[in-house]
Amino acid sequence: MDMLVAHPKPPRRSGMASRLKILVVEPDESRARMIIDGLAETGDPDITVLGGPTGLARRMTEIEPDVVLIAMSDPSRDTLEALSVASGFNDRPVAMFVDRSDDSTTRAAIEAGVSAYVVDGLAKDRIRPVLDAAITRFNMFKKLRNELAAAKVALAERKTIERAKGLLMTAKGISEDDAYAMLRKTAMDQGRKVSEVAEALVTASDLLR
Amino acid sequence: MATELHIGFVPLVDCAAVVVAKHLGFAEAEGLTLTLHKQPSWSALRDGVALGGLDAAHMLSPLPVAMSLGLGGLPTRVDALMVMSVNGDVIGVSNAIARKMRADGWPASFRDPRGTGEHLIRATDRRLRIGVPFPFSMHAELVFHWLGALGLKTPGELDVRIVPPPHMADAIAADEIDAFCVGEPWGSIAVEQGVGELVLPCSAIWSFSPEKVLGARHDWIEENPDIVRGLMRAIFGACKWLGAEENRLVASELLSRSDYVNVPATVIDRALSGRLVTRKRALGQTTERFLNFHASAATFPWRSQAAWIASNIAARIGLDRSDAMRTAKACFRSDLYRENLDGLGLDMPGASEKIEGALAHPTAVASSKGSIILGPDAFFDGTIFDPSETT
Repeated sequence: MDMLVAHPKPPRRSGMASRLKILVVEPDESRARMIIDGLAETGDPDITVLGGPTGLARRMTEIEPDVVLIAMSDPSRDTLEALSVASGFNDRPVAMFVDRSDDSTTRAAIEAGVSAYVVDGLAKDRIRPVLDAAITRFNMFKKLRNELAAAKVALAERKTIERAKGLLMTAKGISEDDAYAMLRKTAMDQGRKVSEVAEALVTASDLLR
Repeated sequence: MATELHIGFVPLVDCAAVVVAKHLGFAEAEGLTLTLHKQPSWSALRDGVALGGLDAAHMLSPLPVAMSLGLGGLPTRVDALMVMSVNGDVIGVSNAIARKMRADGWPASFRDPRGTGEHLIRATDRRLRIGVPFPFSMHAELVFHWLGALGLKTPGELDVRIVPPPHMADAIAADEIDAFCVGEPWGSIAVEQGVGELVLPCSAIWSFSPEKVLGARHDWIEENPDIVRGLMRAIFGACKWLGAEENRLVASELLSRSDYVNVPATVIDRALSGRLVTRKRALGQTTERFLNFHASAATFPWRSQAAWIASNIAARIGLDRSDAMRTAKACFRSDLYRENLDGLGLDMPGASEKIEGALAHPTAVASSKGSIILGPDAFFDGTIFDPSETT
């Protein structure tokens, strides 16, 4: 039986000496790498990465992690959740770490989109640096992703503006600078972005072709 | 100015009530705007409700019970304001298991819980690996009840794997599970992908199981009585609308949108019409009351349903049964149901608890307006559950 609870167990380790074992469940390779880099700075943890839910239960038994890090949005969380209420995982129940005495960390973790499952009895001061590092890396990754998406949008807009300028130059026999000035003036008059005016022009010309 | 509410849901056909309440004017009529948030997992939905990001949610009926009993992550007192759907789950098996069952003489009947269960138990030498969406789910309870009644020692002789509903087809394709119990459309998706076969509607195990509830934090409910009243009335209106046969096709179109279930409307319609295709390219099989939103006082949160759930969970994990049943009963808010839906012209049952499993056929019982038709609510094995026996 691989589910359902949960006898409170005394902490098995006193804490200090042993290397912290961390399991990271993360299908995105670049994010996984980023998290590992962040965790490495917290000392010398023993880190294992798992790409998906396959074999999660088995790996949990093999590795006996102290902390499991997983994205809030990862559907494998339900599998982990079941393990957290399971008995028989080497008598080491894990539970999602929510520090209700420190709401700000919990909220920061949720906003960053990371959840940590922590073995019963692990001291808070050992969890905090790990969680802080994970939060930082998750946020960093999100920022990079957003920047990448923004760069893509900017590139697409630039292309559209180039096409719109070309259309105006051909249709009206004007210079590139004049074509751009025209787009900009129209945009200002209509309270729209240059890229939106360009987009409209390109769409219209495609339809009329 | 309409009040905005954030409502969580998991993409399933039975999230229909929140979608219909949002889009077809039921929320608006109560001065509410619903913003729906699709959740990647039941854990994420649970966290959203517990930590306040979500005001209310489409929830597995055992989830408020488990959370209120302090089980699983983020224990929080959560109430079930009303039931949003009755029945609607389905049992499926891998092609390999289906082949073994046929070779063993299984007649492939879709309405024989006893025969099909016995064949399924015999189909594998090792522990049967069965996927359910969450440890605290009607799916888990029904599987334990069904195979337990057929002699399997549950949960010990089962290998229960937790798989989010949209991943059930992948899990069976990857041979991680032999069978599953899941809400639609995800059983039908396994059929469409040719990786599994449906063998039993869960309504054949228990003919009236509360599947999803409208759940919210107890404190939030206490602090916002007017909003709660509006929300319950909107959801009730949506459930009533969903219960009318002529609205079926609009409902399947609405649910098929990418924001919601994101599956073709024709596949969603199978659950709404109760006409499931059990094998790829087979003809549909009609199941009465496969999924029920309204009939037989479907939305009434019976305290005895909560007690049944709590009694099972308590027995399995060793909690005090009476205490667990008492806590669970308190979180199924039949009191608020009576109070808030008064004046909508609906007939209220006279009692808030019933003997679960006692009605083999639709039966008239006492109600506020004289009598109301309830049931059937029988278990396949004739189990009778008396919610008062230990309290």
